Amino acid sequence: MNVVAKTETGRALGDAFAAARDRLPGKGKIAEQRREAFEAYERLGLPHRRIEDWKYTDLRALMREVLPLAPAPDAAALGRAADAVKLRAIDGVRRLVLVDGAFAPELSDLGTPEEGLSIRPLREVLDAGDGALSAQAFASDISNPMIALNGAMATDGVVIEIANGAVLAQPLHIVHVASGTAPASTFTRSLLRLGRDTGVTLVESYLAGEGAKAYQTHDGLVVAIGDNARLDHVRLVEDAVDAFNISSATVSLGAHAHFNTFSLTSGGHVSRYQLTITCAGEGSKVETNGVNLINGKQHADTTLFMDHAVPHCASREIFRAVVDDRAHSVFQGRIIVRPDAQKTDAKMMTRALLLSDDAEADNKPELEIFADDVTCGHGATTGALDQSLLFYMRARGLPEKEAQALLIQAFVGEAIETIASDALREVAIAAAQRWLQARA
Amino acid sequence: MSLLEVKDLQVRVEEREILHGLSLNVNPGEVHAIMGPNGSGKSTLSHVIAGKPGYEVTGGQILFRGEDLLEMDPNERAAKGVFLAFQYPVEIPGVTTWNFLHAALNAQRKARGEDEISSPAFLKKVREVAKSLNIPQDMLKRGVNVGFSGGEKKRNEILQMALFEPAVCILDEMDSGLDIDALRIAADGVNALRSPERAMVVITHYQRLLNYIVPDVVHVMSKGRVVKSGGKELALELEESGYAQFEDAA
Ligand SMILES: Nc1ncnc2c1ncn2[C@@H]1O[C@H](COP(=O)(O)OP(=O)(O)OP(=O)(O)O)[C@@H](O)[C@H]1O
Ligand SMILES: [Mg+2]
Repeated sequence: MNVVAKTETGRALGDAFAAARDRLPGKGKIAEQRREAFEAYERLGLPHRRIEDWKYTDLRALMREVLPLAPAPDAAALGRAADAVKLRAIDGVRRLVLVDGAFAPELSDLGTPEEGLSIRPLREVLDAGDGALSAQAFASDISNPMIALNGAMATDGVVIEIANGAVLAQPLHIVHVASGTAPASTFTRSLLRLGRDTGVTLVESYLAGEGAKAYQTHDGLVVAIGDNARLDHVRLVEDAVDAFNISSATVSLGAHAHFNTFSLTSGGHVSRYQLTITCAGEGSKVETNGVNLINGKQHADTTLFMDHAVPHCASREIFRAVVDDRAHSVFQGRIIVRPDAQKTDAKMMTRALLLSDDAEADNKPELEIFADDVTCGHGATTGALDQSLLFYMRARGLPEKEAQALLIQAFVGEAIETIASDALREVAIAAAQRWLQARA
Repeated sequence: MSLLEVKDLQVRVEEREILHGLSLNVNPGEVHAIMGPNGSGKSTLSHVIAGKPGYEVTGGQILFRGEDLLEMDPNERAAKGVFLAFQYPVEIPGVTTWNFLHAALNAQRKARGEDEISSPAFLKKVREVAKSLNIPQDMLKRGVNVGFSGGEKKRNEILQMALFEPAVCILDEMDSGLDIDALRIAADGVNALRSPERAMVVITHYQRLLNYIVPDVVHVMSKGRVVKSGGKELALELEESGYAQFEDAA
């Protein structure tokens, strides 16, 4: 099964990589890493269901092929992207826009950064040959084929650094927009480095421009949270209904660091979000929460790997899936508590709500505990809406869909509540309501 | 024309017939009491009138102002003015009472082609009603009935009835779980809603409630039928003699 690369599409992609290589930023060591990453991808090819980690998300069946690189956006593409960005603009944030895999300064807010904040496009960092930063951005584990492919092909991204002691009041908002009217792939990789005693909020959105067709977004985010720093992270996937979104985030926390992350997926045809979090410093705290709201033939997979490597860390996961029609939601949550990680406190709770007989939700929690003095637990439930509640609400005059909407909002509310910022909680609620309204 | 007319109603649940040809005629302005032993089908009747799924109507009719109620969705019935105060109100975690009532009232108004009521106007209205029923404001901020005591749940039902101003109110054992003071307050709330246009159907086991809400007609139900109807003195009679005399009639 390792030799699948030489399928038609495998060969096509190999050619595409060869052709694109010159367009890809980063020479020397980076170019070398890209080639290794591409070879790693080629050995495995698109992951399929016989690979344990991809059992529920068989990309070979669902995606079939990786499309060639999207062309750099022209003026028309930027115009379509600008409209999409405007439609989902969030007040009070610093916006950083990536269009078809290229940083778009004309759509981004690059006005005088707050003290301690540095923002640069990945392309610029790579071209400038900044060794340490580049190495960090490309340090991810290439044993995961989609992370390997992302590293090999990344055309651009955002590199954000926050200097020791800087606590930023203004959230940063990375917007990924696909504007292409012809199907294509985009590959982006971003890096966020929080120094000691820092604090920031990062929002990420995935959007489509008018007319964007069956595109593939391949994104990677690398985050290092320094000692005593705090990152709040909100992610909203509202891709076009026929789009693919394969994203990975790799996050490490220093001592007494705090990471609060929330992800909502309502868009895209097939999406997979791979989140790897390592508590590398003692006393760190992680809150990972998410919501899937899917219908039609959507497939949304969240795969979490929570790595407790050191003592005295705590992690909490609350995940809610609402699945209608023939959609398929997947949650895989693996928590590992390594031998040294005494006093770990890790809890994971996932619940799925099935709105139709054909809807499917797979929950795969895994706890691997190698330390003896820990508090760990997980729970998972799958069910339908409570008919007696629905009848009560209808008897009070609410039409069925409206009654369902209130119950669904309450159900996902438990996860949305975990967002620290009032304003961003409202943004997430609005995204959930868009889904509910589209359904009504 | 009668407001609510139940004609020879036959209802099955899971292959078992529970109502065997029940008839009831309620005119505007009237208060009807329904009494009867446990399991005689009182709640079943109230559920079928409100439109609860899971009941199979195998015969008969229910007309509301001459319209076939059985053809309507539960929410349509509510918008037309049918209200059921549940014997066992459910808890709805995560949906605040306030939000729920506002959404429900607006859904009813919308269905009737009326304008929606704004948040401030709604707030004012619901506060007034809550005050008259001795319901603390902070209960409205909690999830619907979540953590409410049995009596508080019942008062919340009366609050909704007062808010929606229905044409026919069916009260299924509103007195169960209420202490003496709460019973009087709730009964006052119900009496305040009595009007020449509105009718009430009060299901109860206890004559005591009928001292507060004085009925025009009392029906005795047994084994899925109305076996006797009479004036308010029938309730007193039942208190004395029990239901045994009707078992044979049924
Ligand atoms: N869903 C159901 N499945 C099976 N049997 C049912 C169902 N609902 C009601 N019944 C039966 O129908 C009969 C009538 O029940 P109902 O609740 O209407 O009685 P009731 O007169 O309201 O009694 P109570 O005074 O105890 O409230 C009972 O024998 C009950 O067990
Ligand atoms: Mg009953």
